[in-house]
Amino acid sequence: MILIARLTVQELVRRRVVWVLAALTIVSVLLVAFGLSRLVELAREDGVPELQIRVGVSQVLIMIAFMFSFVLAMTAAFVGAPAVGGDLESGVALAILARPLRRADLLLGRWLGSAVVVVLYAAASGLLAIAVAVVISGFGPPQPLVAVAFLAGEALVLLTLTLALGSVLPTIAAGAIAVVGFGLGWMAGVLGGVASALGVDALRSVAEFSRWVLPTDGLWRGVIYGLEPPLVVMIAAGEAGDLAEANPFYATEPPPLVFIVWSVLWVALVLGAATWWFERRDL
Amino acid sequence: MAAPDRASTPAIELDGIVKTFGRTTALDGLSLTVGRGELVGLLGPNGAGKTTTIKLLLGLARPTRGSGSVLGAPLGDRAVRARIGYLPELFRYQPWLTAREVLALHARLANMPIGRRAAAIEESLDRVGLTDRAGDAISGFSKGMQQRLGLGVALLGEPELILLDEPTSALDPIGRTDVRAIVRSARDRGATVILNSHLLTEVERVCDRVVILHRGRTIASGALDDVVAVDGVRVRVTGLDESGHAALETFGPVAVDGEWLEVRPLDAARIPDLVAAIVAGGGRVHAVEPGRGSLEARFFELIAGSTET
Repeated sequence: MILIARLTVQELVRRRVVWVLAALTIVSVLLVAFGLSRLVELAREDGVPELQIRVGVSQVLIMIAFMFSFVLAMTAAFVGAPAVGGDLESGVALAILARPLRRADLLLGRWLGSAVVVVLYAAASGLLAIAVAVVISGFGPPQPLVAVAFLAGEALVLLTLTLALGSVLPTIAAGAIAVVGFGLGWMAGVLGGVASALGVDALRSVAEFSRWVLPTDGLWRGVIYGLEPPLVVMIAAGEAGDLAEANPFYATEPPPLVFIVWSVLWVALVLGAATWWFERRDL
Repeated sequence: MAAPDRASTPAIELDGIVKTFGRTTALDGLSLTVGRGELVGLLGPNGAGKTTTIKLLLGLARPTRGSGSVLGAPLGDRAVRARIGYLPELFRYQPWLTAREVLALHARLANMPIGRRAAAIEESLDRVGLTDRAGDAISGFSKGMQQRLGLGVALLGEPELILLDEPTSALDPIGRTDVRAIVRSARDRGATVILNSHLLTEVERVCDRVVILHRGRTIASGALDDVVAVDGVRVRVTGLDESGHAALETFGPVAVDGEWLEVRPLDAARIPDLVAAIVAGGGRVHAVEPGRGSLEARFFELIAGSTET
């Protein structure tokens, strides 16, 4: 498994995927730096109170994280879908699996190698963007590591899904299903928030169910929680009450522990199911 | 490498193997035995079940029914694959690796002892003529070079059983000649070789035995001469006069193409008599080429026969 994982990282480096991600990280961090510095500069020129600037910076960071989570989802889909599926479609897998290698080792090794790259990308991009915000505005989110961890978790869930689907379906279909699923999950989360605010129980149940089926949106809430200053939480909760829940860029509390455990279990179950299927299919 | 069961069990034994993919039957009760050290050509038209047979031997596919063994281990056994070399029909190797790195990867995957790897890799590169390109990425390789690399991968570490699925499909005539030499030398060192092909000429020059598959069943098996018999001859002759030509008509229909005479049909046993008659008629014999019926023609005969039975 470790051999295949190392081979996967080597592949992503040699095929310049890692370098493209590094370049994207630099570009996005530079854009964040430029945008935030202009924003803070203009706000200070207009005499906006520091507290308000702090709130503003936190909201901009959340918006950036939101857009980055989409980029990360796409990255996970593009890396995950061909990880096993590409080997099967090209025929590379035939030569490898004719050796005394467990199919599970191929699948899990591919997952591990891809996960290392995706998590490092999420961590590097996320932490650099936060560091830049701190340097420029003087304010940082309360729990940057928590936010980045949830962001990486979201990417891992998507990676697992695409890799698992890619071992069963054509790679393009696997990638498309995962990205659409990610989008639908997010929309279900928004609708669930609206349903909570308006007291529509049926809709809330559907949204809650979808959150457990594909835990990306639930993990996204963890990202927001890590980035949201407590002051904003208190004000929003006080002024908007339940309506604050309808805001997809707002979280009053972190995802419950049981949900985090479920997310880890979800990854294990999906990988387990994919392995079970992959072990039995004809090549 | 030698297993205790080496001499006591055949290299391959398949008994009543049925393999279906959905509603398609790829193998329909295939039985096949290949002895240790044999060089067997697996022949058949497209869709005959040749590649499926190879995949079953490697555990890449599972039989729907039936049983079998490979090098003494049951079908699907993982450990035995360390003793098998395989060139897939769809040969593709990681394009971002170099040829040497691909061989190094397969040496590790085959659990080859570390101390043996470097020498085995260089030997394999040399054997398939890729030593000069060993450090180049495969993405820059032609199809022929990739197939040579695939052959190198299959021969890496001198496996006991070598399964070659259409090994010369991308090779030029020189490459095909090289493959024949490589296959013979593998057999000479005691390896069992299965050469999977739909080209009769491919296997007739190297194989001890041919097995012809059709619709997932064996329709003929045995020495090539037994399966596809010599049924004619081409002779290059000069100096033969009209009466000499006329005398040859007693052997069968004679076609003339420049200096070449073709007599077909003609039993293989009568070829020496034909040559003697040409010489007696004043002709000088420069070349004699026994000719087999075309594989296609033989297929049609065998298929017709198998349909009747």
